[in-house]
Amino acid sequence: MRVKVLSRNPDDYIRETKQDLQRVPRNYDPALHPFEVPREYMRALNATKLERVFAKPFLASLDGHRDGVNCMAKHPQSLSTVLSGACDGEVKIWNLTKRECIRTLQAHEGFVRGICTRFCGTSFFTVGDDKTVKHWKMDGPGYGGEEEPLHTILGKTVYTGIDHHWKEPVFATCGHQVDIWDEQRTSPICSLTWGVDSISSVKFNPVETYLLGSCASDRNIVLYDMRQSTPLKKVILDMRTNTLCWNPMEAFIFTSANEDHNLYTFDMRFLESPVMIHIDHVSAVLDVDYSPTGKEFVSASFDKSIRIFPVDKGRSREVYHTKRMQHVITVKWTYDNKYILCGSDEMNIRLWKANASEKLGVLVPRERAAMNYNQKLKEKFQHHPQIKRIARHRHLPKAIYSQAKELRIMREARRRKELNRRKHSKPGSSPFVSEKKKHIVAVVK
Amino acid sequence: MSLPGPWLGGSPAAPLIPPISPHRHLLLGGQRGHVAALDWQTKSLLCEINVMETVTDITWLHTETMFAVAQRRWLYVYDNQGVELNCLKRFNGVLRMEFLPYHFLLATASETGFLQYLDISVGKEVATICTRGGRLGVMGQNPANAIVHLGHSNGTVTLWSPNVKEPLVRMLCHQGGVRAVAVDSSGTYMATSGLDRKLRVYDLRAYQPLQSLVLPVGAGHLSFSQRGLLAAACGDVVQGVDHLMITCSFPLGLRFCPFEDVLGVGHGSGFTSLLVPGAGQANFDALENNPFRSQKQRQEWEVKALLEKIPSELITLDPGQLGRVDAITMEQKHQERVERLGFDPQAKPAFQPRRKLKGRSSAGSLLRRKKKVANEEQRTKIRKSLEQQQAPEREPKAAPRAQRPALDRFKK
Repeated sequence: MRVKVLSRNPDDYIRETKQDLQRVPRNYDPALHPFEVPREYMRALNATKLERVFAKPFLASLDGHRDGVNCMAKHPQSLSTVLSGACDGEVKIWNLTKRECIRTLQAHEGFVRGICTRFCGTSFFTVGDDKTVKHWKMDGPGYGGEEEPLHTILGKTVYTGIDHHWKEPVFATCGHQVDIWDEQRTSPICSLTWGVDSISSVKFNPVETYLLGSCASDRNIVLYDMRQSTPLKKVILDMRTNTLCWNPMEAFIFTSANEDHNLYTFDMRFLESPVMIHIDHVSAVLDVDYSPTGKEFVSASFDKSIRIFPVDKGRSREVYHTKRMQHVITVKWTYDNKYILCGSDEMNIRLWKANASEKLGVLVPRERAAMNYNQKLKEKFQHHPQIKRIARHRHLPKAIYSQAKELRIMREARRRKELNRRKHSKPGSSPFVSEKKKHIVAVVK
Repeated sequence: MSLPGPWLGGSPAAPLIPPISPHRHLLLGGQRGHVAALDWQTKSLLCEINVMETVTDITWLHTETMFAVAQRRWLYVYDNQGVELNCLKRFNGVLRMEFLPYHFLLATASETGFLQYLDISVGKEVATICTRGGRLGVMGQNPANAIVHLGHSNGTVTLWSPNVKEPLVRMLCHQGGVRAVAVDSSGTYMATSGLDRKLRVYDLRAYQPLQSLVLPVGAGHLSFSQRGLLAAACGDVVQGVDHLMITCSFPLGLRFCPFEDVLGVGHGSGFTSLLVPGAGQANFDALENNPFRSQKQRQEWEVKALLEKIPSELITLDPGQLGRVDAITMEQKHQERVERLGFDPQAKPAFQPRRKLKGRSSAGSLLRRKKKVANEEQRTKIRKSLEQQQAPEREPKAAPRAQRPALDRFKK
């Protein structure tokens, strides 16, 4: 009697030699893969834990300045070059791959208030406390040559910031008022002023290149149009903005770093209410810089930490701090989206990874596939309480932790008081004002 | 193929345990204490020992390197060379054992009515449940959700999870005691046989009976194959659903071999393997179960399986519950938030009609406009609830081939 049964030849399933790969026949029938959700959940849990294990973001510290680092500028054409200006008037140019200083020059007597590179990358500008604007070449002087600026402009008032146009040979300085200069002239082509107080920083829009934004010390942010030579509009907040940064991907979005520990992301068309308020710092926010993708930005604060925020979220996704890093004055996100540089007032510039648990270097295809799978698993289960708890957990220095707790208690108390006031008064007498609108005082056209 | 009687020393063979997991190794245990482990395909003997005690049940653990033997007094764990690794004195009087492979749990049922779970990866006793069901001599496992089925002498079958002290489900299956329980590999069907000589098949999703067969002699052992064939050992015959197979003496143990069309039967004079065409799964998935794996592959698989070990807290009747939205907690959190803030942040703002000129903004026309919007909202709400009621009645349309999910071809 002939019976048809399964008969397998082991030669079809076992490899012939040790040099071959193992044979892995697959069957995707879900009946052969039970417990798919719990097993994926365990894999996601392991992936989240491993991400925290491999989160080692600190790469290097660039040592060499003899006073606090006041400002930094990125080279537009070279990823491995960065310029920094210190509080003793020194400007240093660093090579990030070798992590050493390749050029030092004494730019000013007093603070170097601002530094910016020209869009072609062949020269850079500095402004300082000695009321001068100096234009330098990016290449150092030849053998035996002295460090001399290409051009020096003497001004009447102290300049506090400088920024260069992204396409044309025009730059803007701010101090008493916002001046727009042509590179060939020694006097500004136009001066823009609105209000009587000093202006702390000015930034050109990288996309709509004729737009400028500036932060003044009478708590307002003013937007200018270079073509019209007039200010466009201004928004008055309840505390002073230290600096602002335009989103490199969205033409009308900019983020401002404020003294009231928050960052405000505005749409320049609708300044009445910010797009998002980013609340996580416990002290004044001193600097902000966008990632080249336009999806995240990094902020440096007077509490000795830097935080990375997504543009659409109100809370930070990452915080970097070290015992040795004191008040962080300036921060930059490199143009390859991978590294963050921060300069602090203890004379060091630190290099961090933008993605703390990322493996740098070339990844083998299997590694890359495994990392993509883990990333997708983490995303899929990110809202489960255990996984969320592990992914969110960051160690904070005691000062920041206790200060944050205190601020939370204060905020809760204020909210409770407002609720009670509303409950025990005539309905409709105290309207609900959204948190976003609370911090804006006025918008003036 | 059957092994000659004298080879087993003439002692009646007790439950034979062919591999329920991937490896193609066979474990045989005799009631008088004779235990043998061999590679069934190459017929190479791994070990053959005599534990000098009555053996009530034996089972492989997660790989072919370890097996557990429930002896008269305590539970023992042996290496595949026959070396005794552990003697677990807390597990006394064990009658039946079931190994849950994805949780690394060994569930044991004792003669005093205790159901105990042992985590063999860390060696901890996870749960001890007093079932109050008397002597637990009948045990089965649902491979799809790791729930343990126990059969009792009052005709009920109870379903247990290590997290709950009470049975999750209690089903009255027979009018006498339950003699055997088996669940198929997809977790949809449960077959039970009782002292009332009936063989019943239940749908486990709805806990409803599907079929009922009357057998001349009650079935003492039941086993499902990978492809859904049911084998029952009744008296001195072994019966499949379609055909009859005969052995020489009373079968004492019954199990299908995974990925092969073979049924292994242990009986008083030895072990017999019977050919059952169509019983085994033809295409295995090597990342899941690979009967042809090398030692290296086995070691890698073991490490990965330990990393993915599902904690026992996740054993529930529905294994996919983790993937669903927890609507109750969401509702609770929303209410807490409303209380804390004083207003509902997700509520839609009330409709404010726009101010129009030329007398179109009188009180009456404003009210009319407001009523129009409110009625429209009510209409959409009613329409949605009607659709929800009518949705299960409508036939689902088959999506075009390009849009169907890839695993649809496995749906029956």
